[in-house]
Amino acid sequence: MDIVPEITRKSITRLINDGKRADGRAFDERRDIFIEPNVIEKAEGSARVKLGDTQVIVGVKPTIGEPFGDTPNLGVLMTNCELLPMAAPGFEPGPPSPESIELARVVDRGIRESELVDLEKLCIEEGKKVWMLFIDLHVIDYDGNLFDASNLAVMAALMNTKLPVAEYIDDEVVLSEDETMDLPIRDKLALSTFVKIGNGLILDPSLEEEEILDARITIGVTDEGNHVCSMQKGGEAPLSRDEILDAVHMAFTTKDDLLSYLD
Amino acid sequence: MFFIISNDKELRADGRAYNELRPIKIEAGVLKRADGSAYLEVGGNKILASVYGPRESYIRRLLKPNTGVIRVRYNMAPFSVDDRKRPGPDRRSTEISKIAADALRPALMLESFPRSMVDVSIEVIEAEGGTRCAGITAAAVALADAGIPMKDIVVGCAAGKVNDQIVLDLSEKEDKEGQADVPIAIMPRTGEITLLQADGNLTEEEFEEALDLAMEGCMKISELQHEALKNRYSSE
Repeated sequence: MDIVPEITRKSITRLINDGKRADGRAFDERRDIFIEPNVIEKAEGSARVKLGDTQVIVGVKPTIGEPFGDTPNLGVLMTNCELLPMAAPGFEPGPPSPESIELARVVDRGIRESELVDLEKLCIEEGKKVWMLFIDLHVIDYDGNLFDASNLAVMAALMNTKLPVAEYIDDEVVLSEDETMDLPIRDKLALSTFVKIGNGLILDPSLEEEEILDARITIGVTDEGNHVCSMQKGGEAPLSRDEILDAVHMAFTTKDDLLSYLD
Repeated sequence: MFFIISNDKELRADGRAYNELRPIKIEAGVLKRADGSAYLEVGGNKILASVYGPRESYIRRLLKPNTGVIRVRYNMAPFSVDDRKRPGPDRRSTEISKIAADALRPALMLESFPRSMVDVSIEVIEAEGGTRCAGITAAAVALADAGIPMKDIVVGCAAGKVNDQIVLDLSEKEDKEGQADVPIAIMPRTGEITLLQADGNLTEEEFEEALDLAMEGCMKISELQHEALKNRYSSE
């Protein structure tokens, strides 16, 4: 058990019950966001994102493979996440932890369910060859709220991903040497994570808030579609119906501000 | 009419002289959570190093009652190379992790921290030849940034043979097409060598030349390490 969160728990909870946060933010206010696209020249798409002091790097690498039998005309997306030991004292090398798998799956679900990547355009020859995109998430500094930071980084990386133009000739895929195409992106996803501490529901938890959370909820909202397309609850405490609806409402009201960083 | 016959050695594919390093940038203290950290770019390499510790060794078999131990993990990001690398350790990264620990250990005064462990993590974000030396160089800066007592700041650099010529700091292309590669790491104050590997074909004379050239490169990089640390602590 970590000692420090047990010591800070009371003071942070008392502050939140008084309508305040330890770092002075409003309940629906995020930390500073910084996005640097195209950080990896060898990746077809990449980005580094800082959300407060949380930092992630995402790289997108494509390969050509066979489509799944039930979706012969669709490209494939695969999201992987590594919580690097450099990111926090408690992160250990080895097989992926449940936390890292949850993170990868929540980010993946948002991208997939929002259908923001037009997977039909990633088909090279129906039933034979499609583009498979590996989205690799590298968490390098963990200071709370990896979900939102990761989603922002994945969005930024996908938006600057370029694939070589591929043609299917005589049972073979021929890649153009100089012609590239932008990844077909038709929407944007805003992922917002809230945690419940005491009586308050706060957006973008910092590390010290995340360490003492009662409950957590992550909500994915599309920009164009204006829909909720993914959700994940975490934490040991339950959430009431009203709390969930509050969170969903805040996810919509803070969406434009969040996505403006991707322009 | 005169013809000037130059005695200078030929320029390399990327226009460098035989004893010229790729452009280098080193920054100390780039991560918030880590006790020490560094970011290093050399040519197309982008490398992050972090240090946690000395902290209590929770791995029983690594614990030593009379001294601290250092553990290094060298890891390449899946997107760091042209064909995506499968995540996780492989034989190459396991070997590099081990030799990197051996290269860094001699400079550290871990005797003052019995039963403890220092965790060094070297993450190759983008690779372009010479990542092990660059990783060791970055890790040494991160160790200094973490305030771990040390006798010297270890620094790594490679020399090799390309087109029958001994050259400093091989790029990815030169490493692939070249005839030999000699990565080393030294403690610059004494010139003691803490890492030495070699592959390829070298005569005895060529090896000596490569070793001297690599040490020369190490001394140049060493200055940049010191500068990075000075910058880190003068701005605070």
